[in-house]
Amino acid sequence: MALKASQLKVGDTYTECLVEDLKRTQLVMYAGTSGDYNPLHTDEIFTTKVAGYPSVFAHGMLTMGMTGRMLTNYVGDGRLTKYGVRFTSQVWPGDTLHSTATVESVEDGIVNLKVETRNQNDAVVLSGYAAARVDS
Amino acid sequence: MAGDRFPVEATHIMMFARSVADDNQIYYDEDYAKTTEVGHIIAPPTFVQSSAQFNPNYFLRPKVGQPWFGSGKEPTGVKRDAGGGGGGGGGGLHAEQHYEYHRHPKPGDVLTVTVRPGKTWEKEGKRSGKLVFSETITEYRDQNGELVVTARGVGVRTERPVDQK
Repeated sequence: MALKASQLKVGDTYTECLVEDLKRTQLVMYAGTSGDYNPLHTDEIFTTKVAGYPSVFAHGMLTMGMTGRMLTNYVGDGRLTKYGVRFTSQVWPGDTLHSTATVESVEDGIVNLKVETRNQNDAVVLSGYAAARVDS
Repeated sequence: MAGDRFPVEATHIMMFARSVADDNQIYYDEDYAKTTEVGHIIAPPTFVQSSAQFNPNYFLRPKVGQPWFGSGKEPTGVKRDAGGGGGGGGGGLHAEQHYEYHRHPKPGDVLTVTVRPGKTWEKEGKRSGKLVFSETITEYRDQNGELVVTARGVGVRTERPVDQK
């Protein structure tokens, strides 16, 4: 299921829905596996009363992790060579996220992708890049 | 700097994949994984972030007998400005994360994690006051000393909570 360089064109896109109506429980799951127990992600009382945010919000790395699923579904397992992102806006419980990879170049057996994840208001919550090995 | 020892385990990979809502069988089904190009279970792209579990002093994990800044009887368990990271009135947020994969970790790997500081810079933000960025470079090497993943993280401390408009 790996991509073939000969079948890729600059501007090709691949999109997936990462999550619909993000649940607080997903944030708890991510805290538990990643080891990032920052109360900003799971403790509504601390986050609203002490930190001053309207509610708990997702770990940036949860959004990057879910976006990673879109990428590996597109480029194939074990094919990524680079993946980097900026977290441009917070992700909140209840959010629905879609993520898109866009082909920027294909050279020397590597596809370079632009990566963008947006919420239900079309705001960019994550923007970045990835590179992956492709077949000829 | 002595690195933390990060054993990569199949159960941890399975749970991590669930926590990022990824149900790809290659993260939990050994029989399926054998039929793939990779040939074995591998870790999802952001799995190495969970090396925090193996850092005995990781500041975002409650520790026995020590104050914790999350809520209990009170909205926070520590006095103002005693808490590390992400505490009251702004605090630390994750701004960027970058990975370079030399190969993808698999169960049975024992990675050594070494962390070194990178650059630091400042910027004036419209929605959260002064922003102080700091970079951390993390290298994950395997049991043979080979580099597996190089990570670069950027954290930002804000003067006040980010405005939600």
